[in-house]
Amino acid sequence: MTWLVPLPAILPLAGAGLAVAFSRRPRVQRILTVVVLLTVLVVSVALLVIADRQPLVVNVGGWAAPVGITLVADRLSSLMLVISSTVTLCVLVYSLAQGLNDGDKETPVAIYHPTYLILVAGVSNAFLTGDLFNLYVGFEVLLVASYVLITMGGTGARIRAGTIYVVVSLLSSVIFLIAVALVYSAAGTLNLAQLAQRLPEIDPGVRFVIQSLLLVAFAIKAAIFPLSAWLPDSYPTAPAPVTAVFAGLLTKVGIYAILRTQTLLFEDARIDRILMWAALATMLVGILGAVAQSDIKRLLSFTLVSHIGYMLFGISLSTRAGLSGAIFYVVHHITVQTALFLVVGLMERKGGTTSLNRLGGLARLAPVLGVLFLIPAFSLSGIPPLSGFMGKLGILQAGIADGSPLAYVLVIASVATSLLTLYVIAKAWNKAFWQPPIEEPRDVRMPRGMLGPTMALVGIGLTIAVFAGPLYSLTNRAAIDLLGQSRYISAVFPDGERGVGESLEAVVEP
Amino acid sequence: MSTTPGLILILTIGVLAASGVYLILERSLSRIAIGVIILGNAVNLFLLAVGGPPGRAPIVGETAPADMSDPLPQAMVLTAIVITLALTSFVLTMAYRSWQLNEHDEVQDDLEDRRIARLSALAVERESAEGDAMTLDEEAAETHDETELYIEEHWLVGDEDEQ
Repeated sequence: MTWLVPLPAILPLAGAGLAVAFSRRPRVQRILTVVVLLTVLVVSVALLVIADRQPLVVNVGGWAAPVGITLVADRLSSLMLVISSTVTLCVLVYSLAQGLNDGDKETPVAIYHPTYLILVAGVSNAFLTGDLFNLYVGFEVLLVASYVLITMGGTGARIRAGTIYVVVSLLSSVIFLIAVALVYSAAGTLNLAQLAQRLPEIDPGVRFVIQSLLLVAFAIKAAIFPLSAWLPDSYPTAPAPVTAVFAGLLTKVGIYAILRTQTLLFEDARIDRILMWAALATMLVGILGAVAQSDIKRLLSFTLVSHIGYMLFGISLSTRAGLSGAIFYVVHHITVQTALFLVVGLMERKGGTTSLNRLGGLARLAPVLGVLFLIPAFSLSGIPPLSGFMGKLGILQAGIADGSPLAYVLVIASVATSLLTLYVIAKAWNKAFWQPPIEEPRDVRMPRGMLGPTMALVGIGLTIAVFAGPLYSLTNRAAIDLLGQSRYISAVFPDGERGVGESLEAVVEP
Repeated sequence: MSTTPGLILILTIGVLAASGVYLILERSLSRIAIGVIILGNAVNLFLLAVGGPPGRAPIVGETAPADMSDPLPQAMVLTAIVITLALTSFVLTMAYRSWQLNEHDEVQDDLEDRRIARLSALAVERESAEGDAMTLDEEAAETHDETELYIEEHWLVGDEDEQ
């Protein structure tokens, strides 16, 4: 079944090409995009089912690893694929309905669909790859697509926001590339499995430099304080569906990369203390920033930054429970954050603005929106029995089990951040929903195509809460894989040295 | 064969990287674009320099394996060059669009950021003007219900409009 592995990256790329070819026939394009994303979702689910028994490895082009590029679908990457393809499908359907109703101003089909598909391909590639340079390429693919999406329409505000985003991302790519060069010169390979074998043997000082460079590059993408300032400045101005998919997915790709490289490559040289401090600062600074905001999109962007801290906290514990909690939290946070941004898009549609000072009376105007907002919002702030509570509980338990003073400080900070999140959410709720309407209510209807995907995402959030037990046992198994390493390495090198496929005997150095 | 890259190469990389970083810190987008190009070239050179000793073309049958240079860094640099090209053109497009809209290509402050900065400046001003004269109760009354206050203000404005 290994032929399934490249599909999540290939299908969207091929689909993007076809979508460009059909750019004059919007209807064909729409159907094409939806079909491609549906197929990717089905393939991802199949991958998860198979990878839960045995990781799937593909040596691209038949060149045996470490000569060629490897694609690895293990529990973590296929779980990430499932959740990312679910979210991208929902957001696409939402933007389709928005485009159909608003005359394609926000999401012009001809550019939007191909770019969106390329974004999906980049994300899938980043999740699947087993090669550091290929990870860089995956990042670039998704970043370039995101540059186009964030400046969609080219209005003044978007160009301004896009500039910040593009320049910061460019810088992080440069840092990543420097790290790749250093890794190659230090270890002579870029295959992640082989690096896992070789990096422990190199000089600790050099290894630390490589580790911190990789961490900085990924931390910019994941918006970890102090490298997070770009995010609330650039995300809110993009069209609502674009912000939703960026907020949900892109930062989590950075988190995934941190999770993968820190556990696989630097198992015995962890820099957990640094990660813990970064997690602490990210949580607190992010949520305090959210308190000051009066625009709901910016407010949510700041809570996004703040909650990245939880995942980082889980990773920094480097225990089974911590990693498992972090993976669970990633799954929960992708769905909830995307759902919230989609709801805000609907609120903007109904209320005509995203400024909390001018929104008002939505509770009477659109009670459905109130429910749709409140469920993910409560989940975000960790009210039981929603999925956010489960995720936080897992991470906090792991933190207490760790027992170090810094871990306790982080546990307290996590609870404080939850409370502040609740405060922020309550503030937004009071102003947007309960405040008497300030402007004449606009008579806009909410298309079913936009409500449907939002409801679906909120529903998925609830499903995660209901099936938290099975999901936690899955993330536990994924965490054991991450800590064990050997499962990943032996999947890539079945005979201990080479992958399956063609490659000449290594030339012995003279 | 020596595996250490030459000093000149290292110096070139250093100077290029420094100029690239300096230009990226500028506010004008076209300078940033030039900075991106220079920095990208520095990193590409770096990849080549650390990727092993220079050698002959790595073609089997033409060069003895011992004389070959490592083809992998070259392949990676090629990929990186293509990516840098695409990104440079994108940044230039943004600069042009920014010039079309604003007649300059400088990155402006975020309005919302400025507004929030002004809010905090106002708060500091108010505090220093009133000193500690304000008791906790007064302060609480003042901030008791921002929403209500806001609406009152809003209605006042509305009345003026009617007159």
